[in-house]
Amino acid sequence: MLAASTRDIALAEDALADAFERALRTWPEAGVPDSPEGWLLTVARHRQSDVLGSAARRTSVPLPDADGSGRTLPAPLEDTDPDRIPDRRLELLFACAHPALDPAIRTPLMLQAVLGFEAAEIARAFALPSATMAQRLVRAKRRIKDAGIPFVVPDRSVLPARLEPVLEAVYGCFAIDWQGSAAPTVRESMAAEAHYLAVTLAEMLVDEPEAWGLAALITLSLARTPTRSAEVYVPLDEQDAAAWSSALITEGEGHLRRAAECRRDGAPLGRFEIEAAIQAAHCARARTGVLDSAALRTLHEALVVVAPTLGARVALAAAVARADGPAAGLELLDAIDDPALARFQPAWATRAALLAEAGEHEGARAAYAKAISLTTDIPTRRWLEQQAARLG
Amino acid sequence: MRYTLLLHYPEMSLDELGEEGMAAGQEAFRSYAAALHAAGVLIAGEVLQPSSLTTTVTAASGTLQVQDGPFASTKEQLGGTFVIDVPDLDAALAWAEKAPSVQWGTVEVRPTATHVVDGQWVEG
Repeated sequence: MLAASTRDIALAEDALADAFERALRTWPEAGVPDSPEGWLLTVARHRQSDVLGSAARRTSVPLPDADGSGRTLPAPLEDTDPDRIPDRRLELLFACAHPALDPAIRTPLMLQAVLGFEAAEIARAFALPSATMAQRLVRAKRRIKDAGIPFVVPDRSVLPARLEPVLEAVYGCFAIDWQGSAAPTVRESMAAEAHYLAVTLAEMLVDEPEAWGLAALITLSLARTPTRSAEVYVPLDEQDAAAWSSALITEGEGHLRRAAECRRDGAPLGRFEIEAAIQAAHCARARTGVLDSAALRTLHEALVVVAPTLGARVALAAAVARADGPAAGLELLDAIDDPALARFQPAWATRAALLAEAGEHEGARAAYAKAISLTTDIPTRRWLEQQAARLG
Repeated sequence: MRYTLLLHYPEMSLDELGEEGMAAGQEAFRSYAAALHAAGVLIAGEVLQPSSLTTTVTAASGTLQVQDGPFASTKEQLGGTFVIDVPDLDAALAWAEKAPSVQWGTVEVRPTATHVVDGQWVEG
């Protein structure tokens, strides 16, 4: 966020880390300033110009003190306009998800450059050795500098295309493949960071439907965290809806409304908006007590049109089965013509459940065996084994 | 069917890896082994010492030679093996994809031709 003026992320990070430390020391006593982000960035920017001015003064920067109430920005910072500062963060997000950077490094780069995470923490979340992650981050930052990747918010004409990788990278922070090795606390904290990034991004872009869609998707998924467990797998339809966070559901529904409001007439729904609507339909069970399976089927049909991935197609088969019975779902599963289907765990788990529901126990047993053999997550494996055992 | 997962990766010293990096790697392998065990597919798992501790023995040239160092001096070395018993290649690949070192090296998946039980070679 501070890198735009100097194009030097490493320096900006140092300054930001300092500001964070300062904030952590100050806030507990003085209270949170009106605009915490603005405050942090302003402090960090002052810090940065200091380094550029004189390296020797680095250790003796006259950091401002918050006034007693902590309700206003510290006096020496009045000359900067905090409202302008978030724009810089937006520019940095676009730089981190620039098409010229390897897609795999975009999320880690955002975590480091925008949120100030250390390479070791990011490495833990991605189940990589810290040295490897640090090396990849350094390489990416050098590439930004050497290739001259600009710190700008792309023009309206190219914004939709350039926004997609930004959204993907923020989503990537939410949907890290956990490899079964990251501790649940790391997982939860990364999901919270993704939530913060997505909502901030949507607010800064103001009227981008897909940005609001992503914010809604992550918020609504987070609302179901209380029913998630590292030890036991509980399928979505069987989760206790009363335990979900009603505050996050309300917030997510608000984001989803914003997405719909700012979508231009006739513009197609985006992938994240549809996925958020699917989450919203599931979350509505908390209020209504029933699942609107017809609405879910329609939403999954829309998702397959926008994003015809193998996962989306298998999910559609499951949604159709929920609404119209197992035979209709199996028919859709059989119609999927993709060689990857044979080793796609969700396809086998879905097939097994639908065959069991249709009373075809022998086929169900075989499908469960295949699904189990492809499952490396132990709680999911246990659950599938229980389902298979019920067939007798 | 039995498969051996052969883990190849560039070797890193403790200095290069750092204490924390080493701890994270050990935790990843602990968790992986625990999952293989809990799934009931693990036959054996070995993580090897660095290839600099290898001694290579050969009589292929006619005379017996005992040499310091690995057979092939390449950037990536065999760092560990897991022998697993799973229904088919799809399942073996599912586990290979979850091996921690797939993130920084390569994992070869090889079906077993024959293995020893109670001193006797048996098929598969």
